[in-house]
Amino acid sequence: MSEVRLRGVTAGYGREAVLDHVDLTVREGTTTAVLGGSGSGKTTLLRVISGFLRPGSGTVEVGGRTVAGPGVWVPPERRGVAYVRQEGALFPHLSVAGNIAFGLPWPRRRHRDRVLELLELVGLTADLADRRPDQLSGGQQQRVALARALAPRPELVLLDEPFSSLDAGLRVATREATARALRASGATALLVTHDQGEALSFADEVAILTLGRFRQVDRPTVVYREPVDAEVAEFLGDAVLLAGTAADGLVDCRLGTLPVGGPVPSGEVQVMVRPEQITLTETGTGQLDATVRAVTYFGHDAVVELDLANDAAHHPLRARVIGLHPPTPGDRVGVSVVGSVRAFPRGRTAAGTDLPVAEAS
Amino acid sequence: MSASSRPRGVALAAALVAALTVLPLLVILPSAVSVGAESAAAYLLRPRVGQLLAHTGMLVVVTVPASIIIGVLAAWLVERTALPWAGLWRTLLLAPLAVPAFVSAYAWVTVAPWLTGFTGAALVTTLSYYPFVFLPAAAMLRTLDPGDEEAARSLGLSPTAAVVRTVLPRLRPALSGGALLVTLHLLAEFGVLQMMRFQTLTTAIMQQYAVGFSDAAGSLLASVLLTLCLLALVLELLARGRRRVSKIGLGAQRRAVPVALGPWTAPALFFLAVLVVLALVVPLGTVGRWLARADIAGDLASGLVQVTLSTLGLALLGALAATAAALPGAWLLNRHRSGLTLLLERVTFLGSALPGVVVGLALVTLAVTWARPVYQTVALVIMAYAILFVPRAMVSLRAGLAASPPELSEASRSLGQGGTATLVRVVLPLMAPSVLTGFVLVALAVGTELTATLLLAPTGVDTLALAFWRAASELDYAGAAPYAAMMIALSVPLTLLLRRQILEER
Repeated sequence: MSEVRLRGVTAGYGREAVLDHVDLTVREGTTTAVLGGSGSGKTTLLRVISGFLRPGSGTVEVGGRTVAGPGVWVPPERRGVAYVRQEGALFPHLSVAGNIAFGLPWPRRRHRDRVLELLELVGLTADLADRRPDQLSGGQQQRVALARALAPRPELVLLDEPFSSLDAGLRVATREATARALRASGATALLVTHDQGEALSFADEVAILTLGRFRQVDRPTVVYREPVDAEVAEFLGDAVLLAGTAADGLVDCRLGTLPVGGPVPSGEVQVMVRPEQITLTETGTGQLDATVRAVTYFGHDAVVELDLANDAAHHPLRARVIGLHPPTPGDRVGVSVVGSVRAFPRGRTAAGTDLPVAEAS
Repeated sequence: MSASSRPRGVALAAALVAALTVLPLLVILPSAVSVGAESAAAYLLRPRVGQLLAHTGMLVVVTVPASIIIGVLAAWLVERTALPWAGLWRTLLLAPLAVPAFVSAYAWVTVAPWLTGFTGAALVTTLSYYPFVFLPAAAMLRTLDPGDEEAARSLGLSPTAAVVRTVLPRLRPALSGGALLVTLHLLAEFGVLQMMRFQTLTTAIMQQYAVGFSDAAGSLLASVLLTLCLLALVLELLARGRRRVSKIGLGAQRRAVPVALGPWTAPALFFLAVLVVLALVVPLGTVGRWLARADIAGDLASGLVQVTLSTLGLALLGALAATAAALPGAWLLNRHRSGLTLLLERVTFLGSALPGVVVGLALVTLAVTWARPVYQTVALVIMAYAILFVPRAMVSLRAGLAASPPELSEASRSLGQGGTATLVRVVLPLMAPSVLTGFVLVALAVGTELTATLLLAPTGVDTLALAFWRAASELDYAGAAPYAAMMIALSVPLTLLLRRQILEER
C-alpha cells in the first residue's frame, strides 16, 4: 500500500478539459475523500488514476512509480489500482466466490481461504460464497465488490460513490464496514462522493473539487471549521453568512463582536458562523436577546429560526440545537456564539452566497 | 477518446461489411441505369408491369391491415385478458412461425385447389405473417406498466379513452415495426405467390431469370422492387415517430390486472381457435396426410438424409458468416457511438429490406460479369446468406454486447486482467447466450430460404427448400411432404427460442 501523487494533471473528453491542472497527494495507508457536485470532475479523476483515461498533461504516480506522464503509460491491468463502482459491477456470470477470486493469480483462485478471509474482512458470512450476485442485497453486493477489489492486494483502492445507490440505513452500515475493512487491510484509498457527511466521517483527508480544481485539501475538522471561502463553507454544511467589519482579530456583525479564527482580513468582510455555534439560553443571560420565529424538528436536533431583538430589518438567523428540549415559536431566548468565527474578504468570494448586502450590524 | 480504444481496425472491418450489404444496390441500380431512360421507360410502362405493381399493391393493402388486426387482437386477448389457457394460446399463436410460408401455401393448394390467385395469396400470407405483429405487440403489452393507464383514469379519462391515449401510442413502434416486416416479406415473397399463381414483381423477376438470364430486364424490375422496399422503410420511420415510449423514471414494473372477458369468453376462444386451425392445423395436418402416403423408405434412399445434412451444413456456414460479419458493426455501435457508427446502423437497417431475389440476382450478375470462377460456388450462396441475414445477427449481437457493459470489462482490467483475459473471462461468457440465439435464428432462416438459394445454389448442392420446391412444382405432393416435415421439425426450436426470449415470465 503506498502513496499516490498527482502533479499538474489536465484531462477531459475531446476538447473540453474536465480536470484543470490538478495536484493531489494521498499518503500511504490513508483515505482521502474527494467531495464535489455533479460535473466537478470526480469520476474523471478516478478514470485518470485507474488508467481508463489518458491525461492531457501532468503525471500520476502510484507507489513511487509513474503510471502516466510524458512518454509513460501503464495500462489499467498493470497499475495495481482497484476500482469499486457505484453499482458494484459484479460479474453476473460468476458466484460471489468467483467474483472475489477473479483478480487472484490462477493457482490461487481455487483456494477458498483467501475468499473466506475477504468475506470476513468486509463483514459478510461464509455461506454467501456460493450465491449469485443477483441473490444479494445492494449492500451485500457493494461489500462483495470491495472484497473483490481488495483480494489482489492493490496499491490503491478507488471508490466511486459506492454507497449512493443504497438506502439510508444500509448506507451507514455499509460505509462503516467499508471503513473498517480498508483500515484492517492497511489500504490507501480514494473515495469520491457528493455527500459531505460521508466525506467528513469516512476519510482522513477531504479534498473539495469544483469545476475541475481542488479548492481545499485538509483534515475533515479543518475543512469544516476553517473553510477557505464562503462557497466551500456552504458546500461542507449549513452556514450562516453575515456582513461584518473586521479589525485586529475581531469582527463586528449582527451577532456582536466575535473572535475570528484563521487569517483575518481587515475592512468589510463576510462572516461565517456554523448554526451549531449559536446556543440558546434563558432570556437575558446571553450576549443578545431574540424571539423564536420557527422550529424545524429532526429528532436528534432541531433548526431554530430566530428574530434578533436588535435587528430592525428582521433578518432570520438559523441556530442548530440538540433535540432534547427544543423551544417553541414565540419563545423569547438569549443567544450566544461559541468559539471563533471565520471572516472572508468581501467581493472576492464567489457569487451565489445569500449575503444581504444592505445589512448593517 | 478513451485510452483503451483502438477501433480503427474494427471500423475498417465494419465498413467492409457495410459495403457488402449495399453491394446488391451498387450492382442492380447501375445496370438498370445503363439500359437508358428511353428503353427503360418503354419496358417499365407496359401494361404487364402495371399489372405486377397493382398485384403487389393489392396484396400489401389487404395483408398488412389484416395481419395487424389479427396480431393485435390476439396479443391483447392473450396478454391483457383473463383468457383461459393463455400460456397454451401464446405458444399456438406463435407456432405458425415454424411453418415456412411456401409450405403453408402448398398445404392450402392441396386442401382447397380452387383457392388460388389473389384470395389464396392474401389468405396464406396473412396466416403466415400475422405472428410478425403478434410477437412485438404481445411483448409490448406485457411490459406496459398499468400505472400509466391508472394515472389517466385518475385524471378523469374513461377506460376506453385511457387505453386510446396511453396504451395505443406506446404500441406504435411495435405496430409500425411489425407492419414493415409484413410488407417487406410480401414484397420479397416468391414461393407462396408462385404456388397460388398470383404474379407480383418478385415472381416476375424469378420467371425472367428462368426463361433466360436477361441482365437489363431483370435489373429494371429489381430496381422497382428495391425502390418499393426502401419506400416501405422510409414510411415506417415516419410512422414510428420520435417520441420516447419506454418507461420514464425508476421503480419496478407492475403487472396489469387482466380484463375479465365475461360473455365475450366464448367468442374470443372461437376466434383464436379458428385462427389456429387455419394457420397451424391445416398446414401440419396436410403435411401429415401427405407424409402418410409418402414413400419414406424411398425418400430416405433417394437422399432425404443427405439433403438434410447439406442444408444443415449450409445453415451453419451461413450463420457463421452472418455472425462474423455482424460482429465489428455491433461492437462499434455498442462501444463507440459516432457519426460513422450511426451511418453503419442506417446501412444495416437498409440491408434488412433487401429481398432475396434482389440479392440473388445481384450476385449472379456480379459473378457472371466480373468473377466468373465464383459463379456456381457455395461461397457465393454463403455470401448471399451473409448479406440477407447480417441485420438479424446484428440484433442478437447487440443484445449480447449490452449484456456485457464496458464497466465489467473495466472492472476486470482493474483487477489485473489484460485485454485477452478480459475477453475470455468476462466478455465472451456474458455474450454467449445472445450470440448463440442469433446464430440459431440465422441458421434456421438459411435452412428455409428459397428464393436466393434457387438463384445461386450450384448444381449438385441441394437443400430441403429446393428439394421440396422441385417436388411441389411437379405436383408430386407426397414426394414434397418429407422435406416439408423436416423443415418444420428444424424450425420448432426457433419458435420455442423466440417464445422464451420475448414472452417468457419475468
